[in-house]
Amino acid sequence: MAYVAVKGGERAIDNAHAWLAEERRGDPALPDLTLPQLREQLGRAVDRAMAEGSLYDPDLGALAVKQAQGDLIEAAFLLRAYRTTLPRFAHSRPIDTAAMQVERRISAVFKDLPGGQVLGPTYDYTHRLLDFALAAGGPVPPAPRTDTPVEAMPRVSDILRAEGMMETDAPSEAEPGDLTREPLSFPAERDVRLQALARGDEGFLLGLGYSTQRGYGGSHPFAGEIRMGEVTVEIEPPELGFAIEIGDLVVTECQMVNQFKGSKTVPPQFTRGYGLVFGFSERKAMAMALVDRAMRAEELGEDVTAPAQNVEFVLYHSDNIEATGFVEHLKLPHYVDFQSELQNLRRLRAEVERARDRPAPALVDGDTDTPTTASQAGSLP
Amino acid sequence: MMGYNFAYLDEQTKRMIRRALLKAVAIPGHQVPFGSREMPLPYGWGTGGIQVTASVLGQQDVLKVIDQGADDTTNAVSIRRFFARTAGVRTTTHTAAATVIQTRHRIPETKLRDDQIIVYQVPQPEPLFRLEPSRVETRRMHGLADYGLMHVKLYEDIARYGQISISYDYPVMVNGRYLMSPSPIPSFDNPKMDRMPALQLFGAGREKRIYAIPPWTEVRSLDFEDHPFRPINAPHPCGLCGATDSYLDEVVTDDHGGRLFVCSDTDHCAERRAAGHVGTDGVKEAAE
Repeated sequence: MAYVAVKGGERAIDNAHAWLAEERRGDPALPDLTLPQLREQLGRAVDRAMAEGSLYDPDLGALAVKQAQGDLIEAAFLLRAYRTTLPRFAHSRPIDTAAMQVERRISAVFKDLPGGQVLGPTYDYTHRLLDFALAAGGPVPPAPRTDTPVEAMPRVSDILRAEGMMETDAPSEAEPGDLTREPLSFPAERDVRLQALARGDEGFLLGLGYSTQRGYGGSHPFAGEIRMGEVTVEIEPPELGFAIEIGDLVVTECQMVNQFKGSKTVPPQFTRGYGLVFGFSERKAMAMALVDRAMRAEELGEDVTAPAQNVEFVLYHSDNIEATGFVEHLKLPHYVDFQSELQNLRRLRAEVERARDRPAPALVDGDTDTPTTASQAGSLP
Repeated sequence: MMGYNFAYLDEQTKRMIRRALLKAVAIPGHQVPFGSREMPLPYGWGTGGIQVTASVLGQQDVLKVIDQGADDTTNAVSIRRFFARTAGVRTTTHTAAATVIQTRHRIPETKLRDDQIIVYQVPQPEPLFRLEPSRVETRRMHGLADYGLMHVKLYEDIARYGQISISYDYPVMVNGRYLMSPSPIPSFDNPKMDRMPALQLFGAGREKRIYAIPPWTEVRSLDFEDHPFRPINAPHPCGLCGATDSYLDEVVTDDHGGRLFVCSDTDHCAERRAAGHVGTDGVKEAAE
């Protein structure tokens, strides 16, 4: 029978995507999910897609989650591919998390502090029991409210700093780096490292942060403060000369207080690990703060021994869009390479078999030729 | 395409990439970092090649896209459609008719001309990465042309197997200065790179590197005087067109050892069959 070469990639792709669309919709007898439903009821999923997609827009986040059937790395990828096409018209001023409209604020280092401990809408202290009443649906009773006005909530790091107990970050007028415009280069400064972590994969950072707690580069962390809420974004158009508000976003910030560092001239101070994430994502903010601090090992004169302290290792592997692309590219055809490996292996095996069939003492050291002159090495400058 | 610039990328980005390309051409084989953009296709699937192609493509260009030598593999189809959609350029499967050829893992069998550009998709631009994972270190090695590590690896191969065991992505020395990954092409294709009349451009999107080989540049596959470079290919003619000088894919035809060897370059094979060449498992073109 004559062989006809495989063809039809084009039609196969179209058909596969039509099938995907049908499967995404699921049973057509059930109502279609709306984006407001996703935004309101799967907020944490939307938050994660926005954080790792580096694009703050809950409506687009909801669309991405829907389009990706809830696959959050795929959703983040959709957002990234969209954001890369957007024009940049301004840089924002640094957001002021001290002025945050706080929904949640806790400190693990002071029992009470100005503004108090505010648990907010947390899963902490819930008993993880499947709620069959939720499965049945029905109205949710309103949460109790208070009329007490919210006090100002200074950041714990500022409280410590006022006493000189916390290191001070020198303010910088330098324009921060941007990984989405300039490729990573080393040594990578902290601005770039923090950007990479903020975009990085939650699971990867969680694992790395966890590893520092188990002895791979630990730094005795305390959760100085975790706060979540709305902050204002401002830009300062040069033609105006003053800042204007362009919107709000919800962020989670974590300030880890770590063991001290000092010198002959500077008295010992606590050092800081910092985490900041779009949306409500405490797990990621905390993990980020641990890894940020671990990556400061060299700067703080500590031994660099653990994976989380290896800046190159962390930064090159934290991006899940890069990681998923490259891991999954293994499913693309590789038959050309595999074919050359097959021929190579066949050749090597034939060589061994030939040697075995040879009557003389086979497979001793002298059996392989020793290359004498490195022709390439000789031509090197 | 509505809402997008010609060939997807905005002109500023293309200019940035073209600057990187110029630098790459000026320093053959040297990896130039560039601000690789996030593309609507996944990293590892050709984003570097796509960005390079998008930056050099003009409206008059004719584009050919191959993966594993074939025009009809799914990822090649997907990338060709991407450009047909975003740039509206003419596409072709004929090597000779193309002005720009984007490829993954192969160099076409048809000799390329000096009015053509070949763009390679590169998964891992660093030829030393298996020997030294830190890019800070490998950058230093390239700076000093310190390639002893690679020669030792080749020597160890010979000591262990009696021959160099690299069959694809076989390292090359460009213009006598930079060690370079030819991308995962089979070593069979390496000799085609040497003094090629066409401009060779390499894009690695995820690793954010671009490099190039200008036309007519010397490209040598690393070897030793007493262990010269030997490209690998299956010792068969093509089953469809009878070619004996093309790189072959192996097709499994049944579950008891049946194999068919066919040209990996589908355009080359089709042209030969159209010209009347028939292999042992092929049929006369007219009968098809």
